[in-house]
Amino acid sequence: MAVAKEDIAGAHSGVAPVTHAHEYGSIGRWLVAPALIFAIVVTQVPFVYTLYYSTFRYNLLRPERRKFVGLENYRRILTDDVVFRDALVNTFLFTFAAVIISLLLGLFYAELVNHRFPGRGIVRTMLITPFLVMPVAGALGWKNMMMDPDFGVINWLIRAVQPGSGSWNPVWLAHYPRQSIVIMLVWRWAPFMMLILLAGMQSIDEEVREAARVDGASPVQEFIGITLPHLYRFMQLGALLGTVYIVQEVDQIFMTTQGGPGTLTTNLPYYVYETAIRGSQVGRGAAIGVVVVILTIIAMTVLLRLLDRMLRSSYAGG
Amino acid sequence: MQAAKRPAISIPTRRHPSGARKEGAPVAWAILAWVVGLIVFFPAFYIVATGFKSEATAVQLPPKFIPIPGHPDLGWFNQFIFDPTLEQYREVKSRGFVPFFENSIIASLLSTAIVLVLAVPAAYALALRPMKHWKDILFFFISTKFMPPAGIIIPLYIIFKNAHLLNTIQGLVIMYTAMNLPIAIWMLRSFFEEVPRDIIDAARVDGAGIFREMIEILVPMVGPGIAATAFLSMIFAWNEFFFAVNLVATEKAATVPLFMQKFITSEGLFWAKLSAASTMAIAPVVILGWISQRQLVRGLSMGAVK
Repeated sequence: MAVAKEDIAGAHSGVAPVTHAHEYGSIGRWLVAPALIFAIVVTQVPFVYTLYYSTFRYNLLRPERRKFVGLENYRRILTDDVVFRDALVNTFLFTFAAVIISLLLGLFYAELVNHRFPGRGIVRTMLITPFLVMPVAGALGWKNMMMDPDFGVINWLIRAVQPGSGSWNPVWLAHYPRQSIVIMLVWRWAPFMMLILLAGMQSIDEEVREAARVDGASPVQEFIGITLPHLYRFMQLGALLGTVYIVQEVDQIFMTTQGGPGTLTTNLPYYVYETAIRGSQVGRGAAIGVVVVILTIIAMTVLLRLLDRMLRSSYAGG
Repeated sequence: MQAAKRPAISIPTRRHPSGARKEGAPVAWAILAWVVGLIVFFPAFYIVATGFKSEATAVQLPPKFIPIPGHPDLGWFNQFIFDPTLEQYREVKSRGFVPFFENSIIASLLSTAIVLVLAVPAAYALALRPMKHWKDILFFFISTKFMPPAGIIIPLYIIFKNAHLLNTIQGLVIMYTAMNLPIAIWMLRSFFEEVPRDIIDAARVDGAGIFREMIEILVPMVGPGIAATAFLSMIFAWNEFFFAVNLVATEKAATVPLFMQKFITSEGLFWAKLSAASTMAIAPVVILGWISQRQLVRGLSMGAVK
């Protein structure tokens, strides 16, 4: 946790901002207070309620049978809930795969448009677009017009280029549901990574590059030796923000697979939704929600620490 | 599109006035970039194109994606050409799209305005008026983003019901403000930190009061950062689905994503109509994003710039 805090708040600021704190006394506190109070009321109050409900057996359809059960909901989730385990695995897979692939692809997009060529602005605009498309609309487009086995563009292309009988005609969302979800997530989030990495690339000191080129560095050497080390903080930021948003991704699953087939694409947020809202099991849903919050905070802290170590060791001195 | 053609996004440390990093890339690079750009763009483009088709054309293969009126003979390309029609847009409009659109605009603009009102002073204080535990406060804001909306949706539903906020735009505005506040504070704080200390010290020596210092001196300097924050907040609010679907059941406050959802459940799968609705749903934010891409690049990365 301490590491996360340092990374988010402190590390880049260099000098600790302590100037003039004495002169103005508590003015800073008054300026932060409205935002702080708003955030506490709107996010923490419901969370406290969630904690409270998580200790009840509470089915909205039979409210009269509401009963305090202590930690029973948690015990059941952690010991004999197969769907929870599947959802946990899926959440990890989706987030891990989508963040890593989006980062790499975003790096590629950014490098592409970081060179001068005719129409560069148009290409950059095209590459950013998926991030702007409403997830609900984008998911419907992918599910139908792109991935439909009979009328979709992808399978049309596969059939067109397949030699011979052309018998491979996958039903994407049924045969490759997890991959399909990751494809949609990456389509949406790689442009976001590009936005972040592009600014990183353009903040590189051009003199350093020139010096490297004078020394006879090849473009690949220049990329590995100068660009990547410089980008490490930007990649860290991308991984952090990407994880925060992708862990919670529920719109695309809602609009495409509804968690199926079976539980293959049920992630934790969707499982909470299914349990609490569709299944009316408020207590259990709340308990899952609490577990998700705790897991997310742990995961973010571990991730930040890992990334930091990884990047620092491979680009020491960068 | 004007903005899109401007050269590189610049950030303060850039050395070359061109902003471009190399003198010029080889032709192969340009071709690769264009091919990748077109592939990535295609699904979005195809949604828009399909909205201008008849239902029969929408499911035809090879996929038709070049809208040209009349039936010109372009040889091999003929198989991809279709005759555009506005039929689907009339249909979608007649299903009452406009009120959803208005609700979305109110919810995104209002929540973004409140986000800025709350976040600008907070970010200013966190950057330049340090108090005890300022790192903990910043971390608290960020950590509210770690909570999945699904985790609090049931209590929220019950609280909203008791407070008569269910099925209201005000309710959505509150949630969207809370949703965007942490990232806004974080981004804005980085911008305030970029302001050279000398300028602030000079203002203070002049005896500028705290509000003059903030509003007359700092806000203009971090203007682009405030714009970027506002754009991002609007994009997230406009596209938000989960709170809307759970906290709004009537059309009085329903937003565009709910129109999409209602549309597929009530209409079944008519691709052309669906695509026309999608196009209207995504257009405002896509265009806003295109125009503001330079600010977005700068704004999102400020947290990482030393």
